[in-house]
Amino acid sequence: MTTPILTLTIDGKEVSGLAGETILQVARENGFFIPTLCWLDGLTSAGSCRLCMVEIKGSAALHPACITLIQEGMAVTTSSERLLRYRRAIIELLFSERNHVCAVCVVNGHCELQTLAQQLGIDHISFPGLYPDLPVDASHPRFVIDHNRCILCTRCVRVCGEIEGAHTWDVKNRGVRSQIVADFDTPWGDSTTCTGCGKCVHVCPTGALFEKGKSVAEMFKKPLGLPYLKAIRDLGV
Amino acid sequence: MPREKIDRITAEHRWFLDQFNYHILVCAGLGCPGNDDILRALGQTVRNRQLTDEVLIRKVGCMGLCSAGPLVLIRPGDLMYQKVQPEDAEEIIASLGKKPVERLLLSPDLAFFTRQHKNVLRLSGRIDPESLPDYLVAGGYQALLQALFAMQPTDILRCIQESGLRGRGGAGYPTGLKWSTVARAQGSPKYLICNADEGDPGAFMDRSLLESTPYAILEGMTVAAYAVGASEGFIYVRAEYPLAVQRLKRAIRDAEQNNLLGHSICGSNLNFRVQIRLGAGAFVCGEETALIRSIEGRRGLPRPRPPYPAEKGLRGRPTLINNVETYANIPSVITNGPEWWARLGTDKSRGTKVFALTGTIRNTGLIEVPMGMPLREIVYDIGGGLPGGHALKAVQTGGPSGGCIPAALLDTPVTYESLNELGSIMGSGGMIVIDDSASMVDIVTYFMAFCRDESCGKCTPCRVGTAQIHNLLTKFQNRKATMADLEMLEWLCDLVRNTSLCGLGQSAPNPVLSALRFFRQEFLDCILTDQNHEEVRP
Amino acid sequence: MMEKLRLATLWFDGCSGCHMSLLDTDERLLELTAFLDIVYSPLVDVKEFPDKVDITCVEGAISSPEDERMLVRVRNSSRLLVALGDCAVTGNIPAMRNIEGAPAMLRSIYTSGNGLQPQIPALDLPALNDKALPLHRFVPVDLFIPGCPPGADTLFTALTALIHGNTGHIALPTCFGA
Repeated sequence: MTTPILTLTIDGKEVSGLAGETILQVARENGFFIPTLCWLDGLTSAGSCRLCMVEIKGSAALHPACITLIQEGMAVTTSSERLLRYRRAIIELLFSERNHVCAVCVVNGHCELQTLAQQLGIDHISFPGLYPDLPVDASHPRFVIDHNRCILCTRCVRVCGEIEGAHTWDVKNRGVRSQIVADFDTPWGDSTTCTGCGKCVHVCPTGALFEKGKSVAEMFKKPLGLPYLKAIRDLGV
Repeated sequence: MPREKIDRITAEHRWFLDQFNYHILVCAGLGCPGNDDILRALGQTVRNRQLTDEVLIRKVGCMGLCSAGPLVLIRPGDLMYQKVQPEDAEEIIASLGKKPVERLLLSPDLAFFTRQHKNVLRLSGRIDPESLPDYLVAGGYQALLQALFAMQPTDILRCIQESGLRGRGGAGYPTGLKWSTVARAQGSPKYLICNADEGDPGAFMDRSLLESTPYAILEGMTVAAYAVGASEGFIYVRAEYPLAVQRLKRAIRDAEQNNLLGHSICGSNLNFRVQIRLGAGAFVCGEETALIRSIEGRRGLPRPRPPYPAEKGLRGRPTLINNVETYANIPSVITNGPEWWARLGTDKSRGTKVFALTGTIRNTGLIEVPMGMPLREIVYDIGGGLPGGHALKAVQTGGPSGGCIPAALLDTPVTYESLNELGSIMGSGGMIVIDDSASMVDIVTYFMAFCRDESCGKCTPCRVGTAQIHNLLTKFQNRKATMADLEMLEWLCDLVRNTSLCGLGQSAPNPVLSALRFFRQEFLDCILTDQNHEEVRP
Repeated sequence: MMEKLRLATLWFDGCSGCHMSLLDTDERLLELTAFLDIVYSPLVDVKEFPDKVDITCVEGAISSPEDERMLVRVRNSSRLLVALGDCAVTGNIPAMRNIEGAPAMLRSIYTSGNGLQPQIPALDLPALNDKALPLHRFVPVDLFIPGCPPGADTLFTALTALIHGNTGHIALPTCFGA
């Protein structure tokens, strides 16, 4: 059985994709820029960061490109002035939420949040900082989790549950008090489920998860192998 | 065979009830404190006077007028006594068959009672919520029998669709359409969920229904299960409603024992079981996808729709999810027919709606009115107006997802459409009356604090946006805001409304936007007039 | 030849790195001074902030009542106000104390160590605001130049644009932390 090919327009340009593909997939294949933070190739989509919102002709609501499937004849707008304003505001909200100090961050220069801010032309944060008092957990022998840099994208939660199968990470509390926790809120080093594989560290888009011994700007993330790991798992190899 | 059993139970119980000359009904809702003492005092008095063969004392569900509670109703004659204390027992029993106790008497002509149209609340306060026979004598389970033995599932779907019933949980989605989608959906088994995770501040419609007529909700669910082909049902109810949970458990047990739930219900080929799931108090679990995740035993987080639960719900199977009041409406739609039902209310908002009337108003309590009734009638006739010489400022509907209707627009009919036009929502039925001494800035700050605390934290705009909006509102409260703050407030509301993942976030700015629309001056009054930067400290 | 623009630079709660970047423009400083007069700066010997300034570049976060007063004075006397570097733009390192507030920070720095007479210095020092905040929390800012510090090229590009009257959005090769 062949998958039907669907034709749609993105920002006025006619493109095509396979039925079952998301707007984000088709847009990226065709060179359109749609920013994402919670989405990562190889993980299930959470649709939670709300950066990839696009407009679809005929619908008043905005739709997250990472989970909205393409349809025949769909007309998608990825970069209207309105969308750009929303995207900038969402990035600014993330910066205001916690204590992001790029200058002294381990991933300075290779951080997805920092890069997106630059790409979207954000030169200051219009919202006042919330400055929450958050811990840094360095109890693990090889890794550190610094909640001050966490944007709650839950990539670590998903990679740990879906790819590694350990489900060490989850989220506690709710709303702005949400926080990533290991097991039942134990120090990471005391976790009985963590395998120490380090996948969470490498999928983390910011400096919230990093390897010990890395100083400012020294931590590089390598999340690119995930789709292969997922394919291998799905094949049952 | 089981039909005969039902008829037998009904006949026996009717005979039992008819033995007594007097029925004394005591409100036993969670909102009427001290009713146990009253029950005990009345019982003792009856025993002392050796009237146990003549007088039957029963605890019943909520009678509606909570501000006059605890309420006691004497039948026949329908004498209603208000604010009854245990000391009044002697006098009440002594007056039976004679002149009523004037000082406790509540006039039956009170507009609070005469202007209402009770359909869902018909049996509330009239029957013992823990007695299946009581419900049967009152005509209960006739709708289910009719559905099972005189109708096909498609007939029921058509009946619900023709009635025009819309979801009572807040959004007002056409119930018939939802049922048909689930009935058509591929997948087995199909699930059915009753959303009893009522969480709006000031709203207690669902709690009262669960406490007063739990069997009616089970009956509605069972009819729905037959119509859509569901075999397993869940009632997701807050753990903060212990009495409702206790009565539901009992109702489920009684229904199971009498073959009204379980295998081959009433001898038909319908198999349907119902389980209770307790919510731990997260507001977001009232959102259907979060509720489903919570039933699955996971963290209660909403997920983007589509797919809708009707196609992929609980455990990925087609799932029908309706609110308590929606299910409670079903028996009357089936027994009275869609035409009768559709005559109530307006063209697009049909039927009656239960409201929890609270705030600065004389008659607080639970009311049921036909849709389309003007707010003025609800506030001044049924509600009896505002006490203490206060003037009305606004009526808040829809809780933290709704807005306020200013006094000038009090002639607005209460329908889904008219409330939406004014930037509010029908919501689940909370109605808070606000007097002129209240500050709208304070009220919306309260609601925003609620949304901030209850945001699940999954999506960025709702998680951080509500916190930022709340901080801004606090600046207004402290009269330290600037024009730039007002601009930022409106911008953030726009952002949170348009980019949040679920209904909670998308509607969280509603109270603020509504207050800005009708009471903008109050916000402007909180803005510093002296633009001296020395004083504008962040 | 057009009249030279009057440039002022200030240094609040920051490390002076941004001023170092200005000096790092090296020989291009001469190109800039063809168009600019530096009328007030930690780098020149003028004690009073002048009344009329065209461009004022401010380095550092606002950390004390004294900073606040000076910033308002500077804003009122300047045509264009530039937030120079991350501290002025986001609060950056000085704002790390905002998590616990100024008193707790002072206690942990001056009294929790092994000093002979641990005490919080009070004499001759301006009091600290509870939070160190970026400029735009107090006054309107015309141009933000993030970076810790923004590089010499960034500063040169920004100043050149301002000299040529470009006050709209200026694309700069910098970002937070850069």
